[in-house]
Amino acid sequence: MNEEIKLIWQKFFNWVSGNGPRPENEVIPPEPPPDLPFTQKPKDKYTRFHEATLKERYNQWLEIHGLHIFSLIYSGLSVLTCIVIVCLLLATVAELPPFGDEKNPANNEVIRRYVEHGGHETGAQNIVAGLILDYRAFDTFGESAVLFTAAVSVLMILGVSRRNNIEESSPDLNESGQNFLERAPPVNFHEIRQDDSILRAVASLSIPAILLMGCVVVINGHLTPGGGFSGGAILSTALILCANAFGFERVHKFFNERTFIISSSTALMIYALSKGYSFFTGANHFHSIIPKGTIGNILSGGLILPLNICVGLIVAGTLYGFYALFSRGDI
Amino acid sequence: MILVEWLLLIFLIVCAIAVSISKNLLNSVIIFMSYSLVMAVIWVLLRSPDLAITEAAVGAGVTSVLFFLALRKIGKLEHNKDDENN
Repeated sequence: MNEEIKLIWQKFFNWVSGNGPRPENEVIPPEPPPDLPFTQKPKDKYTRFHEATLKERYNQWLEIHGLHIFSLIYSGLSVLTCIVIVCLLLATVAELPPFGDEKNPANNEVIRRYVEHGGHETGAQNIVAGLILDYRAFDTFGESAVLFTAAVSVLMILGVSRRNNIEESSPDLNESGQNFLERAPPVNFHEIRQDDSILRAVASLSIPAILLMGCVVVINGHLTPGGGFSGGAILSTALILCANAFGFERVHKFFNERTFIISSSTALMIYALSKGYSFFTGANHFHSIIPKGTIGNILSGGLILPLNICVGLIVAGTLYGFYALFSRGDI
Repeated sequence: MILVEWLLLIFLIVCAIAVSISKNLLNSVIIFMSYSLVMAVIWVLLRSPDLAITEAAVGAGVTSVLFFLALRKIGKLEHNKDDENN
């Protein structure tokens, strides 16, 4: 008993002080020879069918037919599960109130309030923009923050390993952007894009139009359909097209990691501060210094126009950042 | 107009089934793209142009580009090209 306790204590002490067995000191036992496939195994002592016991007969039968039956059961169960889920969902749909009925729970006083007073309370001609950027501006702030956080985490995960590799291999080269770009792993785009004059011609014609369209959608968000999110997505498609047609170096000249971080965080800060101000004054019934303007003008809607521009900047940068990070590993 | 809506809705259902049963991943992404485009038209017919713009920009544009990028990362685009050459 005493010996055992001593042994356990000795093991524990070794473990604490790090004297335990080490993986590099371990002797790898020689691998046993691989098992023969079951067809070449030496036969059991029962060779005749009637002499085999019931269990052995069952095992033999299972070896021959087991896989087939298992796959049958598997596919049958998956089909059954699908049918059950489809029936459940269809039953739920049948329980929903009819489309467009005026007694639906969605048709309550909130919607009437938005439609009747949304115009002069928010100053926006587009009630949807007034709704998402004035009444429900906190939700949109959360959306933008989530997008920005996602982009930053992707940047952290995909950007750090490459940077470490470069620092280890050539500590003197990582300062200059030229060598950084040259060290990028060969992307297939470079091979595909060589002498692709059709793509370049189409891109040079359409990129200005797409950029203009995006700007119009962002800036007129409070007057016409659209807004920060959709306009930012359109802007990011223009950036992606530019990167595909002319190379990432062209986009890198005016939009790099530094620009992305600065523009996105500044836009988020402006959004949070201005909306915090308006929520503070609104909740405490103070007089807000932000003018509403006349409905229909470009400078109207209070904070909606700057907020749209902020959201557009964040969305454009983030979506292009996703594309650049996943295709090249760097914005 | 009702007829157009029905046609578009039937096209949506056909697209949704075709995406899942298509063997070629590139075809799946392209069908998904057309699904988003038709969905944008349906949003306009349902009088919600805000959603239509977002659907066209995000669904048909950015999402499909990211899908193509994923296909290239897992080597499906090159694989198909080799098959055609052979």
